[in-house]
Amino acid sequence: MNKRERITAILGRISNKRTEPDPEESLFDAGYLDSFALTDMVAELEKEFQIRIPDSELNPRRFESIARIEETVGKYAAGAHAA
Amino acid sequence: MASVISFGRYLPERVLGNEELARRLGRDPAWIESMSGIAERRIAEADETVSVMAARAAEDCLRPCGVQAPDVGMVIVASGTSERRFPGPAAEVAAAIGIPGVPAIDLPMASAGSLFAVAMASRLAPSVGRVLVISAERMSAPAFAEPLNPDVAILFGDGAGACLIGESGGALEIVDYVLHSDGTWAKDLRLEFTGPVQMNGRAVIMQASRKVPAVIGEVLSRNDIIAQDVRYFLMHQANQNLIDRVAKVLGVGSDRFPSNIRRYGNTSSASMLIAASEWIETADLRPGDPVCFAVFGAGFHWGALLARKALARQT
Repeated sequence: MNKRERITAILGRISNKRTEPDPEESLFDAGYLDSFALTDMVAELEKEFQIRIPDSELNPRRFESIARIEETVGKYAAGAHAA
Repeated sequence: MASVISFGRYLPERVLGNEELARRLGRDPAWIESMSGIAERRIAEADETVSVMAARAAEDCLRPCGVQAPDVGMVIVASGTSERRFPGPAAEVAAAIGIPGVPAIDLPMASAGSLFAVAMASRLAPSVGRVLVISAERMSAPAFAEPLNPDVAILFGDGAGACLIGESGGALEIVDYVLHSDGTWAKDLRLEFTGPVQMNGRAVIMQASRKVPAVIGEVLSRNDIIAQDVRYFLMHQANQNLIDRVAKVLGVGSDRFPSNIRRYGNTSSASMLIAASEWIETADLRPGDPVCFAVFGAGFHWGALLARKALARQT
């Protein structure tokens, strides 16, 4: 799986939704993530991509959509551009 | 280091349940409980000001331990909802409990103020004598301010908590504490001079979920204690889901986290001391048992304080 597919798979587990959001769609407005699910999402992303996102970077806007999450993960994941 | 001699509390009699609140907000009572874990909260009457509630909590704190107000060397009052810009409530509280002239310090810090004040008191007690720490909040006023935000209005309640810190002689010895502040997030949880509480709930939960377990781990690790050895965790009573999450991250059962959120809601800085005041009445502590206090709130400010049941029975 590429990076986007891995992120989408995590989102599916966290949100319990079978539908996939558009890459730019707000995961908050569309009901995929609330405050606590967002925290779970970050923890799962860190585990999946073996990264540690600093507290200073934990701004909800960085996790607003699949595309934004890709950017955020890419910033910290080694070799992310090849995925 | 210093020790905790006594706890106290004051809660207004008026109870605002979810049924009544739901009618006011145009929401479903079940939604309120599912979102917050809160069934009811206390609401201060007009004459139950921050100072009045603080003084009553102070009296409740002093009464059981037999310490007279004149034996208090300093008063610290934490509150994010005092009625005036100045003076803050501390001097008024000291006068109300019969000790005008004793230095009284205001700590205008919501949520985390109680633990920061206790930490300061633990350092001051050896030089000034017993320090009475009080946290009092009228959160209902900003919670229901216009423009009304139901997501915020459901969370808060009013009340006051207190504790008496002495250089020695208390049942709970203060071992260590860690405090942190980061103003980067100042706008994500704030109360301006007018209007309701402004809260970026996602940022607050995201940061608190990370920072609270981390700061608890920080104070425990530097004292060679693991979370599983801590008998109780007394947290700022902000949100039951957050408390459960902290317990999970630490690998400790939620039963070690006394909670009164269901009955009182989030009383901001008062909540931890109110919870401690109720908890200590039935706590089954053995000598040496570690107890950890932890807070997170507007600022952001966060911290953890490690205490332990005194080894020998003391006066």
